[in-house]
Amino acid sequence: MRKASKVFTVLVFLFLYLPMLVLAVASFNKGSDPQVFKGFTLGNYAALFRDGVLLPLLLNSVIVALISSLLATVLGTAATLGIQRMKPGLRRFTMALTNIPLTNPEIVTGVSLALLFAFVGQAMKLKSIMGFWTLLIAHVTFNLPYVILSVQPKLLQMDENLTEAALDLGCTPMRAFWKVILPEIMPGVVSGLLMSFAMSLDDFVISYFVYGPNFVTLPVEIYNYTKKPLHPKIYALFTLLFLAILVVMTVMNLLQARDSAKQRGNRLNRSRKRANTELGGI
Amino acid sequence: MKRQLLSGPYLIWMGLFTVIPLVIVLYYAFTDSLTGSFTLKNIASLGTYLPIFLRSVWLSLLSALICLVVGYPVAWTIAQAKPSHQRFFYLLVMLPMCISFLLRTLAWVSLLEDTGIINRLLGSVGIGPLKLMRNNGAVILGMVYNYLPYMIMPLYTVIMKIDPRLIEAAQDLGCDSAQVFRKVTLPLSLPGIVSGLTMVFVPAVSTFYISQKLGGTGSTLIGDVIESQFKAAYNPNLGAALSLALMVLVLICVAVMNRFTGDDESVATL
Repeated sequence: MRKASKVFTVLVFLFLYLPMLVLAVASFNKGSDPQVFKGFTLGNYAALFRDGVLLPLLLNSVIVALISSLLATVLGTAATLGIQRMKPGLRRFTMALTNIPLTNPEIVTGVSLALLFAFVGQAMKLKSIMGFWTLLIAHVTFNLPYVILSVQPKLLQMDENLTEAALDLGCTPMRAFWKVILPEIMPGVVSGLLMSFAMSLDDFVISYFVYGPNFVTLPVEIYNYTKKPLHPKIYALFTLLFLAILVVMTVMNLLQARDSAKQRGNRLNRSRKRANTELGGI
Repeated sequence: MKRQLLSGPYLIWMGLFTVIPLVIVLYYAFTDSLTGSFTLKNIASLGTYLPIFLRSVWLSLLSALICLVVGYPVAWTIAQAKPSHQRFFYLLVMLPMCISFLLRTLAWVSLLEDTGIINRLLGSVGIGPLKLMRNNGAVILGMVYNYLPYMIMPLYTVIMKIDPRLIEAAQDLGCDSAQVFRKVTLPLSLPGIVSGLTMVFVPAVSTFYISQKLGGTGSTLIGDVIESQFKAAYNPNLGAALSLALMVLVLICVAVMNRFTGDDESVATL
């Protein structure tokens, strides 16, 4: 039973990584059709770095992801601090509001924002206002709930008395935030930021409805590309991205593992010391 | 300064960019595309899209169930591993999601096509080209592939938290392993099952890319219709009515699924 489920798990992982393998092999392919391997080349990687289109588009994606995740993190963290002090009725209302973009299908969010921007554009007598700003607004909007959901548990875990103590000891509310609250909720803030950044970087559905021809992100361009056959340098780009993410994740994992091992070690040492002193006492 | 005020900018933002857009969807759904006057025409024409709605629900429900059956043993196996390995496996589940789902779906196209990689391999052992793509099965495969991590993550979180002493107690009291699973493990993993089903169903029912790439003429989904109303046919009023219907459909499904756990925050807690 246990063995069968292990074998099954390995098979599922193969299933999850099979398309990635196809993309990686295609990035070294001389031909442009991923189905026929015409020989090994690094030319696609060279073409990628000479290419003047893909990298700027990637830069666009990174810019939107960076600004929108930072903005969402600031707005969302501030909101979470406020939500904690709300009366139950207002808090329920706010959390219901937060749940709207979470439960709504992405396409509905995209369509509704597209209609809003079309509406505003008409009111301003402009042909279209779709572009960087509309993308940014849309990304902040879908990132906000995730920031709130990752900060809120940390804030609830925190001892309220700590803030009170800081204020009693003469901190201004601002100083109490920087010195006491923020360090406590930092893990939640960071994971909210990272999650927002990752989702924003890879978002296609919502971006597709609110992008303008002057500011295109990488996923949108790939969608528009697929009518023509893809150039293998796109596979090269994503193979590199995949490797980068893999390295970052592995390093983070190792650091965390070492961290928790150290903590375990410390705890062990401390209890050993305590045991020693107690024994010594006897 | 009252700390509540810190929520002000957020509430204003959500009002402007979540509530007002939905009001505009409502407005478009009930107005005529040419004259802009009030009409029920768009809502009335939803009836003709009923088969497409039903197909979307059917295919995504099936995908969600397959994800559950496939994902449960995986989540269980990960939860049994050593803690340091658990974190690694968890990352391994999430990692594919970091790569553009468009490209991963395209990779499936080159695997499944009539002249694709799988058919070439089959052909080399004398099995003639199979029709693996352009049918509903391929759409389900695409959905399962893309959304399986959304099922594994909540299941793993819930299974990991099950107290092993409960399982030992059941065993001591004479349960065999099937009974332990049915009476202890499964009921305790219900919240994870419900949020996993929701997290797979909602994006699957509204997808338009997977069906365009892997589906045939008979597998148009509601997302495809909405997309074409905005990007090709340009009838935003009909598109708005369809979006409204999709939204209501999803809300009903989420509400029904949440009834099973009696906990209306099961989605939010993840």
